Amino acid sequence: MPKLDLNRISMPKQEPLVRAKNFNEVALGYTAEMAQAEANRCIQCPKRACVDGCPVEVDIPEFIDAVRQGNMRDAVRILKSKNSLPGICGRVCPQETQCEDTCSLAKKGAPIAIGRLERYVADWELAQGEMEKPEIARPTGRRIAVVGSGPAGLTAAADLAKLGHEVTIFEALHIAGGVLMYGIPEFRMPKLIVQTEVDYVRSLGVEIKLDSVVGKTFTVDELLGNGYNAVFLGIGAGAPMFLNIPGENLNGIYSANEFLTRTNLMKAYLFPEWDTPIKAGKRVAVIGAGNVAMDGARCSLRLGAEEVYIVYRRSEVEMPARLEEKENAKEEGIIFKLLTNPKQFFGNDQGWVTGMECYEMELGEPDDSGRRRPIVKPGSEFTIDVDTVVVALGTTPNPLVSKATKDLEVTRRGTVVADEETGKTTKPGVWAGGDIVTGAATVISAMGAGKRAAASIDETLRG
Amino acid sequence: MYKILLREDLVPTIHLFKIEAPAVASKAQAGQFVIVRVDEKGERIPLTIADWDREEGSITIVFMEAGATTMKLAQLEAGDYIATFAGPLGLPTHIEKFGTVVCVGGGFAVATIVPIARALREAGNNVISIMGARSRDLLFWEDRLGDVSDRLIVTTDDGSYARKGVVTEPLEELLEGNEKIDRVIAIGPTVMMKFCSLTTQPFGVKTIVSLNPIMVDGTGMCGCCRVEVGGETKFTCVDGPDFDGHQVDWDLLFARQRIYLDEEKRSLERWEQLSKSGSER
Ligand SMILES: Cc1cc2nc3c(=O)[nH]c(=O)nc-3n(C[C@H](O)[C@H](O)[C@H](O)COP(=O)(O)OP(=O)(O)OC[C@H]3O[C@@H](n4cnc5c(N)ncnc54)[C@H](O)[C@@H]3O)c2cc1C
Ligand SMILES: Cc1cc2nc3c(=O)[nH]c(=O)nc-3n(C[C@H](O)[C@H](O)[C@H](O)COP(=O)(O)OP(=O)(O)OC[C@H]3O[C@@H](n4cnc5c(N)ncnc54)[C@H](O)[C@@H]3O)c2cc1C
Ligand code: SF4
Ligand code: SF4
Ligand code: FES
Repeated sequence: MPKLDLNRISMPKQEPLVRAKNFNEVALGYTAEMAQAEANRCIQCPKRACVDGCPVEVDIPEFIDAVRQGNMRDAVRILKSKNSLPGICGRVCPQETQCEDTCSLAKKGAPIAIGRLERYVADWELAQGEMEKPEIARPTGRRIAVVGSGPAGLTAAADLAKLGHEVTIFEALHIAGGVLMYGIPEFRMPKLIVQTEVDYVRSLGVEIKLDSVVGKTFTVDELLGNGYNAVFLGIGAGAPMFLNIPGENLNGIYSANEFLTRTNLMKAYLFPEWDTPIKAGKRVAVIGAGNVAMDGARCSLRLGAEEVYIVYRRSEVEMPARLEEKENAKEEGIIFKLLTNPKQFFGNDQGWVTGMECYEMELGEPDDSGRRRPIVKPGSEFTIDVDTVVVALGTTPNPLVSKATKDLEVTRRGTVVADEETGKTTKPGVWAGGDIVTGAATVISAMGAGKRAAASIDETLRG
Repeated sequence: MYKILLREDLVPTIHLFKIEAPAVASKAQAGQFVIVRVDEKGERIPLTIADWDREEGSITIVFMEAGATTMKLAQLEAGDYIATFAGPLGLPTHIEKFGTVVCVGGGFAVATIVPIARALREAGNNVISIMGARSRDLLFWEDRLGDVSDRLIVTTDDGSYARKGVVTEPLEELLEGNEKIDRVIAIGPTVMMKFCSLTTQPFGVKTIVSLNPIMVDGTGMCGCCRVEVGGETKFTCVDGPDFDGHQVDWDLLFARQRIYLDEEKRSLERWEQLSKSGSER
């Protein structure tokens, strides 16, 4: 057996001090040589352990082998047969808990950089200018309404269009892409790439109706009554959670959704050339420690903040953010205040936040999620001076659609009840998938749900 | 893109647009709003639906030039297009037979009170309307509001037309009078809504106001529009915009409306310079 090469090829990145001042992409991507070298490390294990870790079962050894041999067209084809948005997943999947976690080389501490190779293949295709179009089946005469244009909706729409159905996407915002457009920042997920993927979905014959708020502009029942044979709900978990502590409505306290929407969707970092403003102060506290919190903190820095804190009630091991983003944030100088939880906010006479009183926390017994439960240390209160706060505690489903749709069962948490395998909801003709079913999760799991629902819709409509 | 079918200047700084938006028109109800974005780089601003024509598939909006975005909008003519027009958003104004209802409209909101007064009248209410403006040249739609009201009282702050004074004065007189007032609906500038609510409070007459905090998406996604009503945080775009005026935390609303004061000034200066140099229409 040849000797294992454990030198994982690192990703070239913008220098921390440089990138902390601009919105350009942080990770620059592999060169052809780097991709070759990394692909060469893959031992092509017959067990294909890596594939078990991927929610959409990308044929990882096969696409890596194509990269190794320089057959880039084949690499694209293999990748895209399972994952229609590789340029996105390669960038944002939490690989360390998925494909790279199960890779046989992970035990040796040097899993193949599957995400980076995936990104490399997608970027290669983009650079060629022309995207290969898959075969589209003969028209079935069936019409399907997809609500929401995030990863779940885009994937379902693409698959259904390829099967010959006539698909319309209804999107509430003025741009398609969901969280990829309004949440994840440019420096991590370039908008051009998202829009290229959206255009690709359009090129399959999918019509995208923007500014269409289902539950308001149209209801699900109207869609079903007006000639759509099925409806897929991929509306995400878009409503912000707050702490519900005193002072939370002071000026300068944002939900992460608002902060990121202003910055990314509305391009407030280009104000006043773009019209939407944002206030990112000098001392910013971001509450939470997921990807959303990292994005909020790193945006603040780029908007001109001098000190940015991540305030999290547990410890570093429990932080849910992707490993890469945690590291990037640290390199850029974000300060982690762990085992810390806000108690209340203080403001000045103009109604602006000036400080945040916090408790120190300690970890107790594990809770339902298996993570150790944070407990308040009595008498540990202390104050941090801040002029901006971003609350990134997570999101819950927006009830706009469920409130306006009869017979659609939702859980106590507001998520839509749907069969895990098929995406079927309790309402005939209606499927759902992605964050609206699972609560806030990942891009790739939303895509997986979109795929399974598309298959089930197709089967039902043909049946 | 949404086509402007008609433009009318109601007064020099308040304009009416009729916009082609069949989907919105098919659903619109009194008290709801739309989110408008003028162009690619524009911000999303809320404007109340002032009227609709389901057959023609059009929505009427009436807006006042307040800053850069509304001024940009005011540069457009019939035949031009705007980038975003999403709605109808928010909950419709609650309409039922209450008895006698006083509708108070101030400034641009005279336009938004018309469909509400009309709906109230259709539901069998006795509708008394009060409309106010700073002076005569800012008054519009006296006839339209008159047509949908049983009685109409007009005030100007400076006395240049009709009764001199602010809208709360005739409102107070009505409350003190013999006629039983069952409900008040007040829409206009935030100060006006606050003082109408303070006026009616001692009389215990339920008073509905339509709040106008800063918004982004208008669908409950961002929390920018949060207000406190009865000690609870509400999102104006999905829980409102109508709320019980006696329960609103007005100081919080005033403070939150001022978040971007500096940026609004910068935008305005930039806009004025651009329009002067003619590099943008
Ligand atoms: C800031 C941030 C960073 C993240 N980072 C990562 C990451 O690094 N890696 C990762 O895997 N995951 C990440 N996630 C999570 C991931 O983005 C989501 O799990 C994923 O986008 C869910 O996809 P979805 O299609 O279910 O919903 P969404 O992406 O939320 O899309 C839903 C779409 O539906 C639209 N919609 C909602 N209601 C209506 C309606 N009534 N009518 C019409 N349209 C409607 C919305 O406007 C939106 O466009 C992040 C999330 C956020 C917020
Ligand atoms: C539900 C609702 C309905 C409204 N209906 C009407 C209407 O029918 N006609 C009308 O003339 N105006 C209406 N407004 C107010 C209108 O949205 C603002 O005048 C407009 O946004 C000002 O933008 P600007 O850039 O021209 O001015 P700016 O200089 O940006 O701001 C002027 C004022 O408008 C407020 N404002 C700024 N941006 C926003 C925003 N994105 N959302 C809300 N308010 C903002 C600020 O508090 C500021 O005090 C409504 C507001 C709400 C919330
Ligand atoms: S889609 Fe995500 S999990 Fe699957 S192989 Fe690609 S990076 Fe790994
Ligand atoms: S498990 Fe790792 S080494 Fe094995 S085939 Fe998959 S990527 Fe290659
Ligand atoms: S405007 Fe975003 S939640 Fe109301």
